[in-house]
Amino acid sequence: MSLGGQPYLALSMVVFALGALGLLVRRNVLVMFMCVELMLNAANIAFVTFARMLDDIGGQALVFFVLVVAAAEVVVGLGIVVAIFRRRRGATADDLHMLKG
Amino acid sequence: MTHLVPVLAATTVDTVTFVIAASVIVVGAIGVVMSRNPVHSALMLVMTLFGVAVLFVEEDAGFLAAVQVIVYAGAIVVLFLFVIMFLGVDRDENIEEEPLRLQRPIAVVLLVLTVIGLILVGVNAKWAVGPHSVAGPVTGQPGGDVAVLGRSVFTTYLFPFEATAALLVIAVVGAVVLARRPRLDERAGGDASTDEPGPTDEPGDAEEVAR
Repeated sequence: MSLGGQPYLALSMVVFALGALGLLVRRNVLVMFMCVELMLNAANIAFVTFARMLDDIGGQALVFFVLVVAAAEVVVGLGIVVAIFRRRRGATADDLHMLKG
Repeated sequence: MTHLVPVLAATTVDTVTFVIAASVIVVGAIGVVMSRNPVHSALMLVMTLFGVAVLFVEEDAGFLAAVQVIVYAGAIVVLFLFVIMFLGVDRDENIEEEPLRLQRPIAVVLLVLTVIGLILVGVNAKWAVGPHSVAGPVTGQPGGDVAVLGRSVFTTYLFPFEATAALLVIAVVGAVVLARRPRLDERAGGDASTDEPGPTDEPGDAEEVAR
């Protein structure tokens, strides 16, 4: 593998920033979840790159666990979205202000 | 000179693969953020995930590439699409209009600050330092990365692995509890009107549907 790690890490940085931007500016809860997935994938790219740079399997094992946590997060998050949607029509985050004191 | 040619060829192939996969990833990520329609966002997410899988293959993580395609593109995005179709929110939304006036500028400023901070870290830091192959080497092992990863998960990372099993069980139970409709006898005592998705819920609903 002759390409160094820096391009991969730079790409990871860009994807993470795009995910963070999407999470901040989008109002649709589902799209916000997708942006969280983008950020998790950026972290995965960085983990695999570090695993290659250090020749250490720990980075790849961590990606494995990140996948599991992402799956659990999506399942619970979408369950919450469905539960909220049953009460109020609309999947925008701005409408979820009923917890306000 | 003879051994130089394969090295050069490998570099070229790696570079071309990386550039193509990176463009696919970045275009997909921009598409996720910019699409008006949530379905388009989900499809763009699939594109990004496939690009990431290509990068995993290029970085000697073939098993993770397969898992990436199967779990992310095959399960998670399908779950997203299922919920989008189930809820019927698969229509375009107006992303130009922003009710919170300062949100977009503040988000962009925070993003620029984050990128500047990451670039500073990247310029000043040595990316990967420390002892090599602590949890075990990736390359040069019999069975390839699948065998190494399996051995590592079931020895070094056994406790986290069991913890993820518990986490998945908790997530499944949580999803079932959240998605369950309350039975009629439970609902009779409580506030019955909040369970129905009908348009008579609150005055704000008609406006939200229209939006």
